[in-house]
Parts: sequence; structure tokens; C-alpha cells
Amino acid sequence: MLQVSLYRYSPETDEAPKMQDFRVDTGGKDLMVLDVLELVKSQLDSSVAYRRSCREGVCGSDGLNMNGKNGLACITPLSEVVKKGKLVIRPLPGLPVIRDLVVDMSLFYAQYEKVEPYLQNDESPPEIERLQTPEDREKLDGLYECILCACCSTSCPSFWWNPERFIGPAGLLQSYRFLADSRDTATQERLSKLEDPFSVFRCHGIQNCASVCPKGLNPTKAIGHIKSMLLSKSN
Amino acid sequence: MNVTVFNRSGISDWILQRASSVIMLAYSLTVASAVIPDTSYEAWSVFMTQTWMRGFSTLALLAMIAHSWIGVWAVLTDYVTVRMLGSLGERLRLFLLVLMGILLLVYLLWGVFIIWGFI
Repeated sequence: MLQVSLYRYSPETDEAPKMQDFRVDTGGKDLMVLDVLELVKSQLDSSVAYRRSCREGVCGSDGLNMNGKNGLACITPLSEVVKKGKLVIRPLPGLPVIRDLVVDMSLFYAQYEKVEPYLQNDESPPEIERLQTPEDREKLDGLYECILCACCSTSCPSFWWNPERFIGPAGLLQSYRFLADSRDTATQERLSKLEDPFSVFRCHGIQNCASVCPKGLNPTKAIGHIKSMLLSKSN
Repeated sequence: MNVTVFNRSGISDWILQRASSVIMLAYSLTVASAVIPDTSYEAWSVFMTQTWMRGFSTLALLAMIAHSWIGVWAVLTDYVTVRMLGSLGERLRLFLLVLMGILLLVYLLWGVFIIWGFI
């Protein structure tokens, strides 16, 4: 039997959040954390709320804090997170809770929107497509794979304290994805929107983002590249 | 919130923070390498009152002041904010920044007086 402690909060009825304990029979299998949540919901308490969709680490819906570390519940096996037979599941830290494990991602998306995450090119469109050399294409590896699950940004203290001003690791990784794209011609405009003391420079390189990313990406490295670009721009 | 930033630009604050730490490190090593072999007052006094050393001390003092201001400003805009403390956050931060400003100004004047031997 696995002891599972879930964060419960329903703003309409509860005065304060509380932790609720469940004993879950995993049948001795090394289930994924999402499977455990499904067992709780289907067998023990159908009122538990959480987001999920693809259950294979592609959609990024079930970002949660499991035993203190952010990750995707669907691709996190119990053997990786359970300590002393206990699993504590909380919503992603730093964002307002809508209910139980469901958080309001508005701030996160507002920051994503700020980096204008789409290709901007003021040259006339070619007949078929904008070509890239294999080398230029390679520069996008480690950037384009982001699924916006918010595990990184919600593990970042700079994002906790200044979510309105600091773009956060997820947004900055996407920012660099377009800064590094040889087909994008808005590089200078993009950079001049990042020069203030908050958007990029609130990152102090503590690398929580890189340590939790379920896709193994490294936002800190991308932020370092952005800082270098800002530095060469200012010279 | 941006009114109190050292240069109103993230890049220059970032460069200044790093440049000032290099200056302070170089200064600490210089002082240590001169004083550790001979800890007597005479040796210390002769070393510190050389003109180039007085200039270096002043530079290190300025670096310390810039470094502290940028660092404390960053810490205060993380923790002493409306998000963390409600409406008190804004006023308390301004108060602490003014306090910090006065403190650094006193350090600057006091330091210059000491380094150049005015008192």
C-alpha cells in the first residue's frame, strides 16, 4: 500500500487548503504518478481535481509537484519519487490554485505571449518555403521541444517573486528559440524588449529549471545565450 | 519600481555587478598578499598610503558601493514588494532603499577621508 497525501483546496467551500491522505493499492507495480491519481479518483474520491490529457509526456497538462519536485505525473514512475512509502502531491508552486491540483496559468501564458513566440520575417515570402542550412536548423535543437508544461517557471524563485515582470525560464527558452532562428528577422526588436532589469536579468542562474525539465531541456543555457546577445548588441 | 535601479538597464547593472566583483577580488588579493607576509602596523601603513594603493582603495570602495546597491536593490525587489507584503511593501522598500543610499553615501565619504588621510 502506498500512502498518498494530496493537496486539496476548493475556494468556494474551503477557508484554507489542506492535505488529505489516501492509501492506494498499487498492486506492487511501479506505476506512474498519474496512474495513482487515476486510482484515487476512480476508487477513493471522485472529487479530486487535476489536469491530464495525453498521459505520455507530450501535452504538458499534468505538471505537478511530487515529493517537492516539479515534473509530469504521467511520465514520473513511483520508483523515482516515492520516499519511505509516501508520496506528497501538490499543485505547481507559485501560481494561484483554482481547485486541488489545478492552477491558474494566466501569468505563465502572459509571459509567453510577451516574447512573441512566432516567426517574424519582413522579407517577401519565397515560392515554396524559407530554407535553412542543416547547421542553422541544428541551433533550434533543445529549444523547440518545449511543451509549455510550466514545471520550470514554477520551480524558479525569481518567477515566484516577480511573475509579472520576469519572463521566466519557459518564456525565455522560447524567446531564444526565435532569436536563434536564421529565418527570423526581428532579432534586434526582440532583444530591445528584453533589456530591462526584470525580463531576463532576474535570472540568477540557479538552474532549478534545468533540473526539473521533463524534456531534459536547459533554459538556463538559453538565457545565457540571450544575455550574450544583449551584451554584443550593447557594444 | 524602475526609478531606483542603478542604471535603468538590466545589461549595465549586470556588467557592473560582475566588473565590481572582479575589482573587489583583485583588491582583496592585493591587500592580503601585501599584509600577510608582514603584519606590523608600519608595513601596513606604508603599503596602504602609497598613491597607487590609495587610488586602488578608492576604486574598490566605489566598486563595493555599486555592487551593494545593485545587489540590495535586487533582493528588495524580490522580497519587499506588494506581492509579498501588501501595500506596506512599496513604502517599506522605498524606506529601506533610502536607508541603504544614506548608508552607502556615509561609507563613501568616510572611506575617502580614511583612504586619503583627511582625518
